Amino acid sequence: MFRIQLHGVILVGLLAAVGADWPQFRGPANSSVAANSRLPATWDEDTNVAWRIELPGRGPSSPIVVNDRVYLTATTGVREDRLLVLCYDAQTGDRRWQRQFWATGRIATHDSITGAAPTPASDGERIYAFFSSNDLICLDLDGHLQWLRGLSHEHPQSGSDVGMASSPAIVDGVVVVQIESQGDSFAAGIDTRTGENLWRIARASQANWSSPIELPGQAGRPTAVLLQSPSGLTAVEPRTGQPLWTLDSGCASMSSSVCRDRLLLTPMNGLTALRLGDNSDSPEILWDSRRMSPGSPSPIVYEDRVYALSGAILKCGDLATGELIWQLRLGGNHWATPVIAGDRMVCINFDGQVNFIRLDREEGQITGQASLGQPIHASPAMSGDALYVRSDRYLWKIVEP
Amino acid sequence: MNRFRFHQLTWFATICVSGGLAVAGRADIEDGQIRALVDTIRAVGPEGENHREAMDAWQRLVRADADHIPTILAGFGEDPLSTNWLRSAVETIVERDGGQSLPLDRLERFIQDDSHAPRARRLAFELLLDAEPAAARRLIPGFLEDPCLELRREAVAEALDRADELLANDADQAVPVFREALVAARDPDQVGRAAAKLRKLGQSVDLPRHFGFITTWKLIAPFDHVDSRGFDTAYGPELNLDPTGTYKGKEGMIGWIDYTTEDPYGMVDLNQVLGRYKGAIAYAYAELESPEPRDVQVRLGSITANKVWLNGELLTANNVYHAGMYMDQYVGRGRLHAGKNVILVKIAQNEQTESWAQRWQFQLRVCDQYGTAVLCQTR
Repeated sequence: MFRIQLHGVILVGLLAAVGADWPQFRGPANSSVAANSRLPATWDEDTNVAWRIELPGRGPSSPIVVNDRVYLTATTGVREDRLLVLCYDAQTGDRRWQRQFWATGRIATHDSITGAAPTPASDGERIYAFFSSNDLICLDLDGHLQWLRGLSHEHPQSGSDVGMASSPAIVDGVVVVQIESQGDSFAAGIDTRTGENLWRIARASQANWSSPIELPGQAGRPTAVLLQSPSGLTAVEPRTGQPLWTLDSGCASMSSSVCRDRLLLTPMNGLTALRLGDNSDSPEILWDSRRMSPGSPSPIVYEDRVYALSGAILKCGDLATGELIWQLRLGGNHWATPVIAGDRMVCINFDGQVNFIRLDREEGQITGQASLGQPIHASPAMSGDALYVRSDRYLWKIVEP
Repeated sequence: MNRFRFHQLTWFATICVSGGLAVAGRADIEDGQIRALVDTIRAVGPEGENHREAMDAWQRLVRADADHIPTILAGFGEDPLSTNWLRSAVETIVERDGGQSLPLDRLERFIQDDSHAPRARRLAFELLLDAEPAAARRLIPGFLEDPCLELRREAVAEALDRADELLANDADQAVPVFREALVAARDPDQVGRAAAKLRKLGQSVDLPRHFGFITTWKLIAPFDHVDSRGFDTAYGPELNLDPTGTYKGKEGMIGWIDYTTEDPYGMVDLNQVLGRYKGAIAYAYAELESPEPRDVQVRLGSITANKVWLNGELLTANNVYHAGMYMDQYVGRGRLHAGKNVILVKIAQNEQTESWAQRWQFQLRVCDQYGTAVLCQTR
């Protein structure tokens, strides 16, 4: 018995050392939570920086972590029309490989970003890198091409010259993408193994940067994919695209939904909590709160609280009622969704100001600050006790030794 | 050969090649086999068409020696999807090879043969420079008129740097080099850099002529576009185009206004010329004289929804408002007749009230596929 326990301890220790994966935008289940991780207490140029890498290209997408490697996307070239998929060793920061492709769709974006805005996703076997040009590239973990699609090449009226930023979701062997702008708009389900279309459904022609998420199946309920837009919510069956339910009430176009168990928090009427029904039943609205409205960052559910970040204000609400419990002024404007690890949260504003916040029951307290000195759009990733932060030019690994 | 038949043959060829590649890792295969695999990859199409065959061919192709890279590069075509598939195969082979056995002489000859696809030549250039940086000095000056604009850009940059060095000692020597760079340049930033230097040296520069912007227009507005209904409504100028006529507009009968923009980038500010209308459509009309029939690109920049016709043929239609504007934003492909040709542009303004949603303007140029001006308007 002792030997079994000892092996268990060693195994847990090894897993902690390697770190859990952060496989997509906002991490496992899009939760932005690494409950068993521990954020560093402080951070500056000389403290807790395991490594910093100058990237070979630009972009506001977030890094992901799979099998102790960090993957991210960037663009380069005079016209920012070269698409980069990058892989780094999480331990050393050494580059393992780099792949480059030419954009096949529209490459223009707002001046503050580039076409590497959507965050890549992984199913643990492959990397699915998506770009504002609507190029979708599937590589294995060693950088070998599996397939690629040029979705704007196929649908030339799709895309936006402001830039597209919706990140893909991987559900039941399907890559789900939302391509929604004033032009040709659609959502598509693409076979992860072959890159072939499983389905494609028309969507409203309106700008939308929110990302699809998985609504996990439980207790005999089917898994679904949630498509969010300013027209409302639609849950579809992942392998067919068949709609399961719709809710025609406009949602935010940037902040994305989050689902924990059967509870869905979506940026609608400020922030709305819904209890998912069985099968194709429409969800039940539990509460909505204008005061808990998120800005560009997405809401986070943690324990019995919900957190929303709007502009410079971090708000904490009661998950059961939506009632505002406390709020904290952080300063600056935020694009990046924070990360919660343990009882602490890290928020990074657009100016590169980092706030470490202790999430007490009655209030939030800033326990440490750092300054990166450059703009930050990307939501950080967390694996083990390491935080991965990406600016337009750099990638940091932050961890206490 | 129809597409299905072509696909059957390439797939058959792939299966034949498979027999010769039944070893793991690197394999020495012949150019003919490489070409068959490349052809299979080139058959990829939309919606994942032929992906399974291409995936198999790619796995086999990347086992080839680096010596075969020129053969793979020669398979690059105009289709950007298969080009990306092939590019990643080249990168994978080079990564495995470590750049140790690249056929540098053949790569250099490949670069200098402008019958190959521009992106293939550019990639060959980058591979060569990684292995032999000194090749840049030898090759770049020869790219000044290159149809591969990414290679040409290198030569223009070199000429501009050289002109700057000359300028430090002798302005007279610098002027012809700046002029040479300007004539060759196609990227707006390089054109702007050369033009600024020449103007500072007292030289005249005609940017609209360099780019092929149309500067003289007949304009007419407003037609009704309340609730965005006008984009797909064919008003008088679309139904019966008469540059001397009058039409029923949103506020009564309206006629054409002659206007010539002085903007170096051909910008026509409709708010300034026609008035600040919301929920309105404007049309712009221009005539072009061409000495011969020829293919052209009509390139439009517009902050709001637009349509462009050349000789009555719709070249591009974009129902997008206040989501960015830049030169060459929308590219339409058409053909000029010998003699008189007519361009009609429709520019819609919606009813958004935000301060950032008030611009109503466009710029349009006529050029070839390389962005070289097609000068066919009386100036």
